[in-house]
Amino acid sequence: MKEEVLIAGFGGQGILLMGQLLAEAAMQEELYATWFPSYGPEMRGGTANCTVVFSSEEIGSPIAAQYSVVIAMNQPSLERFAPRVRSGGVLLVNASMVPVPYEREGITVLYIPAAEIAHDLGQPKVGNVVMLGSLLGARPALPIGAVEAAIRTVIGRKHADAIDVNLSALCAGRDAALERLTNSAADAVAAH
Amino acid sequence: MIVTTRQPVSTSERAVRTPAPAKRLVKGNEALALGAVAAGAECFFGYPITPQNEVPEILSYWMPKLGRVFLQAESEVASINMVYGAAAAGHRAMTSSSSPGISLMMEGLSYIAGARLPCVIANVMRGGPGLGNIAPSQGDYFQAVKGGGHGDYRCIVLAPWNVQEMYELPALAFDLAERYRMPAFVLTDAVLGSMLEPARVPLEFPPLVRREQDWTACGRGNRAHKNVVHSLYLDPEVLSAKCEELQATYRRAACEVRFDERLIDDAQVVVVAFGISARLALSAVSALRRRGEKFGLLRPITLFPFPSERLSALAKRVRGMMVFELNSGQMVEDVRLAANGACPVEFFGKMGGVLPPPEELVEVFSKRFAR
Amino acid sequence: MHSCADNLVTDTPDDEFECVAHRPNSMSDKPLHYCPGCTHGIIHRLVGEMVDEFGLLDRTVGICPVGCAVFAYEYFEFDSIEASHGRAPAVATAVKRADPRRFVFTYQGDGDLAAIGTAETVHAAARGERITVFFVNNGIYGMTGGQMAPTSLPGQKTTTSPGGRDPALTGHPIAVCEMLSTLPGVAFAARVPLTSPKNVNLARRYMRKAIRAQLENIGYGIVEFLSTCPVQWGLTPIAAMKHIDADVIKVYPPGVFVDRVPDARAAPVGAETDAGSST
Repeated sequence: MKEEVLIAGFGGQGILLMGQLLAEAAMQEELYATWFPSYGPEMRGGTANCTVVFSSEEIGSPIAAQYSVVIAMNQPSLERFAPRVRSGGVLLVNASMVPVPYEREGITVLYIPAAEIAHDLGQPKVGNVVMLGSLLGARPALPIGAVEAAIRTVIGRKHADAIDVNLSALCAGRDAALERLTNSAADAVAAH
Repeated sequence: MIVTTRQPVSTSERAVRTPAPAKRLVKGNEALALGAVAAGAECFFGYPITPQNEVPEILSYWMPKLGRVFLQAESEVASINMVYGAAAAGHRAMTSSSSPGISLMMEGLSYIAGARLPCVIANVMRGGPGLGNIAPSQGDYFQAVKGGGHGDYRCIVLAPWNVQEMYELPALAFDLAERYRMPAFVLTDAVLGSMLEPARVPLEFPPLVRREQDWTACGRGNRAHKNVVHSLYLDPEVLSAKCEELQATYRRAACEVRFDERLIDDAQVVVVAFGISARLALSAVSALRRRGEKFGLLRPITLFPFPSERLSALAKRVRGMMVFELNSGQMVEDVRLAANGACPVEFFGKMGGVLPPPEELVEVFSKRFAR
Repeated sequence: MHSCADNLVTDTPDDEFECVAHRPNSMSDKPLHYCPGCTHGIIHRLVGEMVDEFGLLDRTVGICPVGCAVFAYEYFEFDSIEASHGRAPAVATAVKRADPRRFVFTYQGDGDLAAIGTAETVHAAARGERITVFFVNNGIYGMTGGQMAPTSLPGQKTTTSPGGRDPALTGHPIAVCEMLSTLPGVAFAARVPLTSPKNVNLARRYMRKAIRAQLENIGYGIVEFLSTCPVQWGLTPIAAMKHIDADVIKVYPPGVFVDRVPDARAAPVGAETDAGSST
């Protein structure tokens, strides 16, 4: 089992934290994991991205040319990284920031209105964790319990009061993805 | 499999490995800093430069807390000369920097080598030449392995490839530096410095063990004679003898070779790569194996001393060697010297901070050795 | 410990003479290599006297420079470290911080301290490092053959300013004590010409304070010695001394620039009288 996940967006969208939560969860599942950020001027309000690899085997490269999952948090990230989703992979798009539809044969594309979901939860900052939840819905890469534990560990270090809303965001994101998967499956059936 | 030509592992290495706490996600630079603390570094001197800033930041917290010395110097020039002073007085001293800062340290490093002082320098390499960029590179191989400053000298050079080794190798670096009284590098890069990986890195540290040495300029105390630390020998005969002594030391250090081999036994082509390159290469080698192509990987952990003997033996039985580095071809010269014509040695490199993904390496490696 | 007999060349039994002066215990018996009329010898002796007087031989680490005094470590009996050109303050900083019980001094010339090592000098002072700096200012690069120094006087002829130093082209002399006096880390800074027994005694007083600034954990201490270089100045030793009193002190006025070291309650017994015989 091996997943290569790329998360990209604007600096300030919590991109690096999403990756850390994923790596932490993988570690708690006793998998090998790596987290590698892009950094530099991009950190100051430009684009940010990180690659998370987790695997049951020892990990060589912490980077990849193609990914099993890409989470695009904004339009530039979608344009840059959507073509690099591996066949059979998943593209998760932050629909709140990307109004343009993207389609490609052989991959699953889900549009998740992360900001709206976060707003409904009463905490606009948790859009990133909504997107992370959508990954769990779209692909059984990790048990949700592992990511919940990671939220308690990582977010709990500095913002213990924010654990609950992040846990809610994770579930809401997962449910949104499951719902869209079901709908698209239904559409596919209808199309036949 | 990691091959160590000298057993057993050193005392400091044992110290950093026990007790082994639970794994946690650790950044490479943090592991490097905590590895220095665990290794018993008494003094750290440094100057900010990306991409290694977590090292001084973390040490500025831990060193004073443990009653040790942390000082942010006015420059890398001052940093390395502070290391020189502390080492001359018999203390475990360390600095860390990244490529341009390491260049500034070359004069001081030559003095350290000339005065036969043990110390550790970590280089979290970035793109060059000049200001270059802050992306990963291995362009400082020559500088670290071949000397770098003026005069005939060498440094022990250790190349970690994961976060766990970022934590463990500073201890080995100190031990080898002290065993041979020469400076030691931990040569790493911007990927390993900034990546997170699960690793066993404790936040509790064994107490410092003071080692009394008879040569240090630490104040005479009850000693019957004075000690002087210097590298000035005006008489050519005397300097020549001192240089011969250094060279003899470097030859003795050859027994400290360490390397890591994967899928070597039946390999027809051996990929040779160090540090982060070896990580990328391992992915490529694994993919090639899945295609039925018999590639193996040899990763030198010690770049000086270099695993020449092992490479030389392998060269006599393989179809070829494939060297991959994040530079224009530096370590490949040492591989070619070791192979000595016994097999073809190919090179592939990327510069400027570009990381070729394993998919690209698979194609390149395969094509170079297509029948 | 030395007895007088160790230090005097004599065929006569000890008891016929009274010992009136001897080499400081902190100095070795190696003959100094300095040129006739050079003040390095005086300053070396003063350093040796001070280490004796404060009883610091067992915990002194001297940081030696590059320049004429590159072999200073040969003349002393305490531990020494030779620094690269200009870096003595960085080396001293580390030796002192690693174990503050040590007495650490640097011995530096003007090229070392005020040209190549200006950054290390200023920052060690700014940090208030507990080190003592003995600054030998003779306004020229002596060892390398008489080139212009950052402290060379306007108009001074050197091998790299053969027409005389022109400040418009090469800048003005750097007054180190005045410059450092703006830094709160500096506990003591003074300048003294070594041109008379009286001035040498004054130098002793300044050195005591600069040393006490360190020993009493007050801050950085520096004593600047206006020194001669008769060979590179092209003057006789006496003319070189006169040149300092007549010309050099106009650019580098002697005096105390910073003194945050309280006056000693009582001078060490015999300190003033025992000394002074070497000039």
